[in-house]
Amino acid sequence: MENKKTSVSAFFSGLVRKQIFIPLAALVILAVFNLIADPSFFKITLGYNSAGSPVLSGYLMTILDYGSELAILAIGMTLVTAASGGQDISVGATIAIAGSVILRVLCGTNSRPDELQAPIIVAFLAAVVVSMLFGAFNGVLVAYFKIQPMVATLILFTAGRSIAAWINNNELPIVSDVKFTYFGGFIPGIPIPTPFFIALACILIMALILKFTNLGLYTQSVGINESSSRLNGLNPEFIKFLSFVILGVCVAVAGLIKVSRLSSINYSVIAKDIEMDAILAVALGGNALGGGKFNMAASILGAYVIQFLTTTLYKFNVQSDALPAYKAVVVILLVVMSAPVVREKFASLGKKMKSSTKEVQ
Amino acid sequence: MASEKKTAAKGSWFKNISDTNLLLTITIVVFFAMYIGAIVFQGAGFLKPQTFFNILNANAALIITACGMSLVMITGGIDISVGGVVALVSMSCAVFLDFQGGNPYVAILLAIAIGLAFGLVQGFLVAYLDIQPFIVSLAGMFFARGMTTIVHTNPFNVENEAFVALKGTRVIIPGMGSVNKLGKYVNAYVEIGVIVALLVVILMFIILKWTKLGRAFYAVGGNTQSALMLGINVKRTKFLAHLICSLLAGIGGYVYFLHVGSGSASHASGMEMNAIASSIIGGTMLTGGVGNVIGTLFGVLSLSTIQNIVASAGLDQAWWTGITVAAMLCIFLVVQSVIMARKKRA
Repeated sequence: MENKKTSVSAFFSGLVRKQIFIPLAALVILAVFNLIADPSFFKITLGYNSAGSPVLSGYLMTILDYGSELAILAIGMTLVTAASGGQDISVGATIAIAGSVILRVLCGTNSRPDELQAPIIVAFLAAVVVSMLFGAFNGVLVAYFKIQPMVATLILFTAGRSIAAWINNNELPIVSDVKFTYFGGFIPGIPIPTPFFIALACILIMALILKFTNLGLYTQSVGINESSSRLNGLNPEFIKFLSFVILGVCVAVAGLIKVSRLSSINYSVIAKDIEMDAILAVALGGNALGGGKFNMAASILGAYVIQFLTTTLYKFNVQSDALPAYKAVVVILLVVMSAPVVREKFASLGKKMKSSTKEVQ
Repeated sequence: MASEKKTAAKGSWFKNISDTNLLLTITIVVFFAMYIGAIVFQGAGFLKPQTFFNILNANAALIITACGMSLVMITGGIDISVGGVVALVSMSCAVFLDFQGGNPYVAILLAIAIGLAFGLVQGFLVAYLDIQPFIVSLAGMFFARGMTTIVHTNPFNVENEAFVALKGTRVIIPGMGSVNKLGKYVNAYVEIGVIVALLVVILMFIILKWTKLGRAFYAVGGNTQSALMLGINVKRTKFLAHLICSLLAGIGGYVYFLHVGSGSASHASGMEMNAIASSIIGGTMLTGGVGNVIGTLFGVLSLSTIQNIVASAGLDQAWWTGITVAAMLCIFLVVQSVIMARKKRA
């Protein structure tokens, strides 16, 4: 009995020290809060959509649905953060570009085509190439011109939505093919939203890459110490560049989901403020925003927790335009808690308390 | 990174100052070249004094916020919350004037208070808790934008009489003017905001050039380590830089409000970008330690001149402005990066 108790406490203290503890704890806090405030939050109902196929609906499904696009972005953002020590704030604008490219290829010059001008896979690949190019643009500025990542990506942050509008001549093409809605909605017969499966595929691919290549190791070493990585024969510039290109691929996937949801696009609103959520997911995953070590699983869990928070706020009738104010408070709390200065203060405080209790004993 | 900074700072003070002057000269030359280009290609409209003064009228708020931005950038930081603060100030003042029946002069205090509040929090987080300025001000930007919506959702025009009178006040420029279409001579004028903006530029120039505090800003941005060894209170200096920047964003917000006369959550969208771009075009370096508010003034003028050229060339769709600003910023960033690399090699 005694033995079991110590192993349980050892398990918990081990969990607390693990990085994934932070998003897990946040998830539990949010879940408990919702359970107390309104247990119907967790209700999932099986219904039928307009096409007559079964769909699950409920707040949890919304989180699974919208959290997935965020999780895909969090994968790329984690790599960029770890390698360059900065964040890419142009992801929202690049999603607009990728979405615009997809619609442009699908619809051609006619904005209301009766049938698709190209297969969806071709449109998607075109978007991947374009997003990779824009990622490469950011990567070149950051890696080779040594511009701070957030300032370099500020360029696309401003110009991105304009470029997206320009690609389609500021028209709003509408895709009428029902197959196109599968990516952001439901595949007939499967009641779970498709974005979840897409995210699962991305996570699997990333896990395989991290397992069988040295990408993870190299990225962390560049983030921790650039000059000593160079002395060890790595090419820090290329690793940084690569992380931005990978983020570009993630952005294209998220863009596909986004335009598929609407079958159309709204240049100024699509994926608005999503960069904030993606950065928040990385921060909530306990990854240092200054670069270095990273934990992909924690970031991905962080993304779903952020969506949990957003959905909770929506449930309490917070306006969508006012959401950033609440999230900003969460960001500030997170970065303050993870700031080295504050951590040291806490650590010394803890030591003092420990020593004082010892003295009492 | 640390070793790179050390080598950059090995150059004497003289070298850094001549750097500032070099970039300043480039900026002024670029501005005049652009304006002359505008006159040549776009016709005589740009020759009228009022065209130039209208650029000033429309950009007075940008000049003020960009001065604050330059100051923060000189200390090696950045503040992207300024656009949000401007929007929040104009919305708050609009609500105060129209719904509470407030006085436009009291509203100035409200603007300053909002600016100071943002400056205190952001400055504390950046300077004393050592958090990346970009993350802090990104959160600040989202907070300010969100708060703007919470204060009031829908855009509206302010009809407060005292305010409308203040808004309509024009300062006549003696000796300048042009004959209008009806053959009547019209004096050139500027709005009150322009006077405020010029005062801010002069004040900031004096602070940066001739005071101990001003030199501390450059020292901290140039090399934090050696500034610390020189006995400069680095944390306090960084804190003050962010405080002044947000304060100027608050004042800029009021000037912006005075120009547009309405409150809206989408006001000043992208202004942080324009402020950063103006500072960079004006020769302020992102890496810190180099910069000048006179350059920033010319940066704003260059930026708005090129926007005017783009607009009058018929490319007036909204997206061209974004693309032009981004392209100009990109070019100047790359040029700066190349200059830095060459200097390091020399």
